[in-house]
Amino acid sequence: MPTLASSDVPVPTVTVVPSRQRIFRKKIKKYRALLLMMIPGLAYLILNNYIPMYGVILAFKELNYVDGIFGSPWAGLYNFKFLFNSPDAYLITRNTVLYNGAFIIVNTSIALLIALLVNEIKDKVVTRFYQSTFLLPHIISMVVVAYLVYSFLNAESDFINRQLANWFGFDSISWYNEANYWPYVLVIVNAWKSVGYLAIIYFAAIIGIDKEYYEAATIDGASKWKQMTRITIPLIAPMIIVMTLLSISTIMRSDFGLFYQVPMNSGPLMPTTNTIDTFVYRAMIVRGDIGMSTAAGVYQSVVCFFLILGANFAVRRISKDNALF
Amino acid sequence: MPFATRIHKPLIHLFFLLFSVVSLMPFVLVFMVSITDESSIVQNGYSFFPSKLNFASYQFLFNDFGQIARSYGVTILVTLLGTTISLFITALFAYPLSRKDLPLRRTMSFILFFTMLFSGGMVPWYITYVTMVGLKNSLFGMIIPNLLMSAFNVLLMRSFFANTIPESIIESGTIDGANELTIFLKLVVPLSAPIMATIALFNLLAFWNDWYNCMLFIDKPELINIQYLMTKTLNNIQFLVMKADSSSQVGELLAKMPTEGVRMALAIIGIAPLLIAYPFFQKYYISGITSGAVKG
Repeated sequence: MPTLASSDVPVPTVTVVPSRQRIFRKKIKKYRALLLMMIPGLAYLILNNYIPMYGVILAFKELNYVDGIFGSPWAGLYNFKFLFNSPDAYLITRNTVLYNGAFIIVNTSIALLIALLVNEIKDKVVTRFYQSTFLLPHIISMVVVAYLVYSFLNAESDFINRQLANWFGFDSISWYNEANYWPYVLVIVNAWKSVGYLAIIYFAAIIGIDKEYYEAATIDGASKWKQMTRITIPLIAPMIIVMTLLSISTIMRSDFGLFYQVPMNSGPLMPTTNTIDTFVYRAMIVRGDIGMSTAAGVYQSVVCFFLILGANFAVRRISKDNALF
Repeated sequence: MPFATRIHKPLIHLFFLLFSVVSLMPFVLVFMVSITDESSIVQNGYSFFPSKLNFASYQFLFNDFGQIARSYGVTILVTLLGTTISLFITALFAYPLSRKDLPLRRTMSFILFFTMLFSGGMVPWYITYVTMVGLKNSLFGMIIPNLLMSAFNVLLMRSFFANTIPESIIESGTIDGANELTIFLKLVVPLSAPIMATIALFNLLAFWNDWYNCMLFIDKPELINIQYLMTKTLNNIQFLVMKADSSSQVGELLAKMPTEGVRMALAIIGIAPLLIAYPFFQKYYISGITSGAVKG
């Protein structure tokens, strides 16, 4: 009988496969408490991350509320065509990338300067004081930052127009109506908020350097400046490169709060303050265009994904320990 | 001491003092405006040295304290609940990942890790929570979306467990016949106070500072947290008196209100707890950041 013949063949595999499965099942059973512990977190990742990932199909649909997400007709690449044919696509991409580029350069330079100089101060208490003062802007929310910026820039009574303009004799500026000043404003605000944080990370890398290098250099008569340029900077260079590459990998993402709260959602500022994230939000909430806003989000996520893979590949070649994977 | 060292030390301190002033100045300005007399603001604008002081803005806010107290209540409740749940979920997910012998370890790590590489974007995420979970106008709308478990915090905790909890402790627990949950709660958690404090602090700040979830998921004024109340007030000062009984009352209140001062006074009330607590937790916050950076 054919059944007999076919049951002849699997006999060896029958004994091998189940035993492997049994070992695995035994292991699962042994560790079931540990695996059960992971269930809440796993459920959360599915809800918060994986179901929305599946939701990207909305970008390829023409959503109407009668048919719902799954019943709505497919729209092919219509949403993407609509997005990339609008002038917005170029504008928001340019803004996001240029701002991030400026942030990387400005923040890294200032943070490095601070970290190198803090390292020159040997008094622990003083170091601690400076560190926590510089970090203070980092812990407050963007709402508070918006208030602080408003107090410097608002139309009638702000500090810059009413005090500084008087002292230095320039004409007052209607800040929230003039887009061309905002690249500077936002770069300064972002530096103010995040430089302290970056400086602490670089400072941690610097104090991790073996003290013997400096002792040897001092014996050889190397000046402080020589020690900084020949020991400190070369030794933290991999760290700087890694941090920079990681920032480049998120160059398509923008801090929503910085670009939405700080310009106070002001219309005339759109040309220089609209980024991909604020665009997606406005397209969804204000215009209710689910398909196109999802498409813009997908565009951002896909570009980001490849940038992260690329950055990680580069990081691995420089310092394997710092690679993400 | 060589001449160059003598000269560069004061220069470094000067640079840092200037930088400290820049870091703190905006807070001082907002505070000064909040205690400046409204007439002085109209006359001279915002100033660090107002010509006339007045605490009317605070009096005004305390007269109609209902919305502020309510928003504070929401923020405190959400922060406490959120931080606690988040700490539990994060620790429970991170600890098994730190055990080298865990089956499915690579799969679980990948599931966690992939969320850092790719996201579906804000729109499907928002629709998921509104249509599938129904979080619109729910307190959990400010707790669950995005804030409950960050992959970064899980990795931070995992590396702490893996690097500082000796395997011998876990083994001794197993030999004594304790089950995994007991080992985790009785042996591992007490040894992990530093990382627990760090992650709790990160969570606390994230929940306290959140306005994004509130903006997306909350419409009802009685569920608005303090950060979003501040946003609304910055854009439209009338929001503070909107709950007044009649429109004539609103007009009356608005006419009496020292507008600029009230705005800034609300900002001060909003950030005061954080600023007061900061000197006490900055040490742990800094060491949390550096441990994340070094071990990553």
